[in-house]
Amino acid sequence: MTVIEARGLRKAFGTTIALDGVNLRVEEGRILGLIGPNGAGKTTALNAILGLTPYQGELKVLGRDPWTERDVLMRDVCFIADVAVLPRWIRVSQALDYVAGVHPRFDRAKAESFLAKTTIHRASKVRELSKGMVAQLHLALVMAIDARLLVLDEPTLGLDILYRKQFYDSLLNDYFDRSRTIIVTTHQVEEVEHVLTDLMFIDRGRVVFDCSMDEIESRYLEVMVHPEQVAAARALKPIYERQSIGRSILLFDLKSELKPSRVDRPQLAALGDVRTPNIADLFVAVMTNQTGQPQGRAR
Amino acid sequence: MNTPSNAMPESRDPQVNGSQINDSQRIAPAALPATRPLYWSIRRELWEYRSIYIAPLAVAALFLIGFLISTAHLPAKIRAASALDPMRQNEIIEQPYDFAAMLLMATYLIVAVFYCLDALHGERRDRSILFWKSLPVSDFTTVLSKASIPFVVLPLITFAITVVTQFVMLLLSTLVLAGSGGGVATLWANVPLFPMSLMLLYHLMAMHGLYYAPFYGWLLMVLAWARRAAFLWAGLPLLAISVVEKIAFNSWHFAGMLGNRVAGGPDAITYPAQTSAMQHMPLVTLGEFLIDPGMWIGLVLFAAFFAAAVRLRRNQGPI
Repeated sequence: MTVIEARGLRKAFGTTIALDGVNLRVEEGRILGLIGPNGAGKTTALNAILGLTPYQGELKVLGRDPWTERDVLMRDVCFIADVAVLPRWIRVSQALDYVAGVHPRFDRAKAESFLAKTTIHRASKVRELSKGMVAQLHLALVMAIDARLLVLDEPTLGLDILYRKQFYDSLLNDYFDRSRTIIVTTHQVEEVEHVLTDLMFIDRGRVVFDCSMDEIESRYLEVMVHPEQVAAARALKPIYERQSIGRSILLFDLKSELKPSRVDRPQLAALGDVRTPNIADLFVAVMTNQTGQPQGRAR
Repeated sequence: MNTPSNAMPESRDPQVNGSQINDSQRIAPAALPATRPLYWSIRRELWEYRSIYIAPLAVAALFLIGFLISTAHLPAKIRAASALDPMRQNEIIEQPYDFAAMLLMATYLIVAVFYCLDALHGERRDRSILFWKSLPVSDFTTVLSKASIPFVVLPLITFAITVVTQFVMLLLSTLVLAGSGGGVATLWANVPLFPMSLMLLYHLMAMHGLYYAPFYGWLLMVLAWARRAAFLWAGLPLLAISVVEKIAFNSWHFAGMLGNRVAGGPDAITYPAQTSAMQHMPLVTLGEFLIDPGMWIGLVLFAAFFAAAVRLRRNQGPI
């Protein structure tokens, strides 16, 4: 079933257009990574989905209008909007009490057992915890809620690498199952790379790339071209070219609609070492093509 | 202080991940009584703003310490008062009890104003509004819980603490007088604790709760909107209206209205200056109070400010 469906989602702050006709469709059981440069509209899009901001256009989350039904929607939706939004004055035990008090789907025992594996004391105030521990506490609260959609906006910003890794490990191992859906935005793309099932790039309020991870694997190829083959490789019209330790690396879209003739995998393999590009390189390629250069032309 | 390696659970807990469990939970209707979020939201306010009960408790404790010291003069005071006419006698003996009540009422007003200045502002300043909004609690419930603090919770707390304080005062006085031989009867005849408490409750609910409601509503609304300089925004518009009125019509009606409201209305609850407030029946009875248009206008204003505050909270994000 469809968890999120947006059509022509628009949002402007004064003269700044944050969302410029975003179309979005997220099915149940997916983990969608929403990637984009600063100010691209990621957070605005998430805020619209969470009922934190009004918008123009059509948007349904679990069949509801988030702006008018936020409180009902939040029974099935969880979000970590940022690191460190837990109130600093609250005690860990009070946070558990409160969420247990207001949330019908909160399983206190689950949160307690999660916290038991950390060094967080029940009597501590949030202001006494380290940044990483606050993130653990928030994750413990959220993972104990039997929600259908979890939205994470830069959930690991500012955490050290161990906490970041554990955060995603916990999420995948202890929380995610096929009936849940997760949307995550982050700048640390390499950390979510192996977690995602779908990928979406957003730039200046528009969705500029929308692809499942499976599709990326079959569609995009990166070739580290043998020096003598560079001219031949360029003739096949890569979408992006970069240099790395003296070698040219060319990125190809095997199914580009814009090209008259298609290249295929064996053809590229003959030119050099072939591999699936990582998200960061794909992102740079897509964004570079977005900012002025026509599709299909390398530098 | 923390070893991250053991900090996050690593093991896969079959109970946690079991989709069967999830399914069975999902079938059960997930509904709570509508009052539960409100109850927990009010408790939340008491956790965050502990001054709501600590301030009056501290004032009461300080007052009792002072009163305990003053009981040294009590036997002499009672003896002196016995010689006076009943009216004067009553005034002298009851005076500290009224003073305790007034002190606690003043505390209530100060706490209420500072609470209202922070209630819908602090959560935006520290970004925790993003956490509160991630829970299934409507903006209406949240604002209602916050409005109920100056409206209901503070009057009740003030009432309870005042009554206990006055009772302790009476108890201390009785012990001192009994120890020094006499005067207990005179004391008890002049300190009618029960009618005094009833009057106090009425005064707190009617005057400080209902009659001041538009002020609390105004503060909550302004602070739900203002990004900074909250104190200024709360006061300036009222001043501006007064000044514009003065320049345009050379009158002070608006300022006078505000003054009357603070003082308890033009002809509402006013006490003769000479007699004590707590003991005598109010000059305005409950019936008269309920048909006072000023009270109703105030409540309508409060409702408007309240609705605006709910709307603002829905629209506003962190500052």
